[in-house]
Amino acid sequence: MTAPILTIENVSRTFPGMRGAAPVRALEPTSLAVAENDFITILGPSGCGKSTLLRIVAGLDRPTEGKVVLKGQAIKAPGADRGMVFQSYTLFPWLTVAENIAYGLRERDVPKNERREVVASYIDKVGLRGFEQHYPKQLSGGMQQRTAIARALANDPAILLLDEPFGALDNQTRSLMQELLLGIWERERKTVLFVTHDIEEAIFLASRVIVMTARPGRIKADITVELPHPRHYTMKTSSAFSDLKAQLTEEIRIEAMRASEVH
Amino acid sequence: MNRPLEPVSQSARIVLGISFFVLFVAAWAFATLGGYVSRTFLADPITMVQDGWLLLTKFGFLTDIGVTVWRVLGGFVLAAIVAVPLGILMGAYKPFEAFLEPFVSFARYLPASAFVPLLILWAGIGEMQKLLVIFIGSVFQIILMVAVAVGNTRRDLVEAAYTLGSKDRGVVRRVLIPANAPEIAEILRLVLGWAWTYVIVAELIGSSSGIGHMIIDSQALLATGQMIFGIIVIGIIGLISDFMFKALNRSLFPWRLA
Repeated sequence: MTAPILTIENVSRTFPGMRGAAPVRALEPTSLAVAENDFITILGPSGCGKSTLLRIVAGLDRPTEGKVVLKGQAIKAPGADRGMVFQSYTLFPWLTVAENIAYGLRERDVPKNERREVVASYIDKVGLRGFEQHYPKQLSGGMQQRTAIARALANDPAILLLDEPFGALDNQTRSLMQELLLGIWERERKTVLFVTHDIEEAIFLASRVIVMTARPGRIKADITVELPHPRHYTMKTSSAFSDLKAQLTEEIRIEAMRASEVH
Repeated sequence: MNRPLEPVSQSARIVLGISFFVLFVAAWAFATLGGYVSRTFLADPITMVQDGWLLLTKFGFLTDIGVTVWRVLGGFVLAAIVAVPLGILMGAYKPFEAFLEPFVSFARYLPASAFVPLLILWAGIGEMQKLLVIFIGSVFQIILMVAVAVGNTRRDLVEAAYTLGSKDRGVVRRVLIPANAPEIAEILRLVLGWAWTYVIVAELIGSSSGIGHMIIDSQALLATGQMIFGIIVIGIIGLISDFMFKALNRSLFPWRLA
C-alpha cells in the first residue's frame, strides 16, 4: 500500500448539549488511512456520525479531539483541495450551469479562456451538453447533482467528498448517477470518500467499504471490495456481489436495530 | 367559486381586478350624485375629475407632483445608499450585528412624522428637511430587513462556497450579496411605498409645494374634489412605481423565475 494521502487520527466529535441537556457524542475516536486513488464508501445507519466525519474532513466541522491530515497538512478550515458534494441541492441558483462549474476556478482567478476549456470538458464528462446556460431551477434533481459533481471536480481537488449525494433521487436516476460517477473515477482515479446508507450503492462504487456503528459512531468493519473494474450495473446481480451484500446487510441490521432502541 | 388555492387565469385576474375599481367608483358616484352625502364633505367623481383637470392645466399641479416625486426618490435613494451596505455587513458579521442591532431596532420605532417639528428646527423648511424625514423613516427599516435577509442565507450554499475555495470576503461578495439581491430589491420596493406616506406628512407641515401642500391648501377652501384628486394621484404614482420596480426585478433576476 502506498503512503496514505489522507489520515484521520483519533477524530471524535461531541456536540454540546443545548439548554442544559447532556452533551451528545456523535463520533467515537475514529482513525482511517485513505490511500491515493481509493474509492471509499462509509456505510452506516442514519445518525451514526458518518456525515459528521465527512464534514470534519471537509473542514466544515471541527473535531473535539484528534486531527485530520491531508498530504501532510493538518486540516483547519475548508478549502479547494477537498471538493464536496452535498445531499441537498447546493448549486448557486443565480448562476447558470456553466457559471456554477466555473465558480471555484473564478475564486482562484483562473484566466477566462482556461476556465471555459475546463468547464466545457466537465460539461461533457457529466453529460450536460446543451444545458450550459440553464439555471439550476430548470434542471431535474439528477442533473443538478451532476452539475454539483462537475463543479467539485473542476477545481481539481486532492480528494472528493460526497455526502449521500444521490439520497434524494429516485431509484433509476440514482443507479445511472452511480454508473456516471464510477465511470469518471475509473478514468480519472480521484481519491473519493462517499457517505451513504445504501448497501448496494456502497458496494457497487467502492474499492473499500467502511461500516460504522450506530451513534456514537465508530468503525465496525473495513471491507475491501475485490470486484473487477470497469463495473457494469449487471454486476449487482452477480453472486460475489450478493455475498458481500448479505454480509453487509447483517452488519448494518444489527446497528440499525441498536439505533432504533436508543431513539 | 373556485376551490381553495386554485389559480385563476390571467384574463380573469385582470377583469376581476378592474371590476373592483369600477364597483368602488360606482358606489362613490351613487352616494354623492344621489345626494346621500353632502357635497361639502365629499365631492362626486365628476367634480373630482374637473377639479383635477383645473389643477393640472391652470394651477401647475404637475410641478407639485414633480417636486414630491423628487423628494421621495431623493430621500429614499440616500437611505438605500446608507442602509443596504450596513444591512449586508450586519447580516454577514455577527459582532457588527450585536453592536448595531439593538439601536437600529429602537430607532425603527421612532415615528418619522414625530421628527418633523424637530427637523424644521434643525434644517428649516427647505428641501433638506423633507429629504431627512424620508431618510429617517426609511433607513432603519431597510437596515434591519436587509440584515435579516442576509442572515437567513442558506447555510449549505455558504458551505459549498467554502469547499470550492472561497475566502470570507468572497463568500460575502459572491454568495451573500447575489443570493439576497432579489430579496433586497423586494425590501426596497416595500419601503419605497412607506416613503410615500412620510413625504406627504412632511409636506403637510411647513411646505410651499408638493402634493401634500396642495391637499392642505385645498382643505382651507373646502375643495374636497381637489383633495381627493391629490390622494388618487399619490395612489396612481405608487402603483406605477411598484409596477416599474417589479418589472425591473424580473429583468434583473431571471434566475428566480426560470
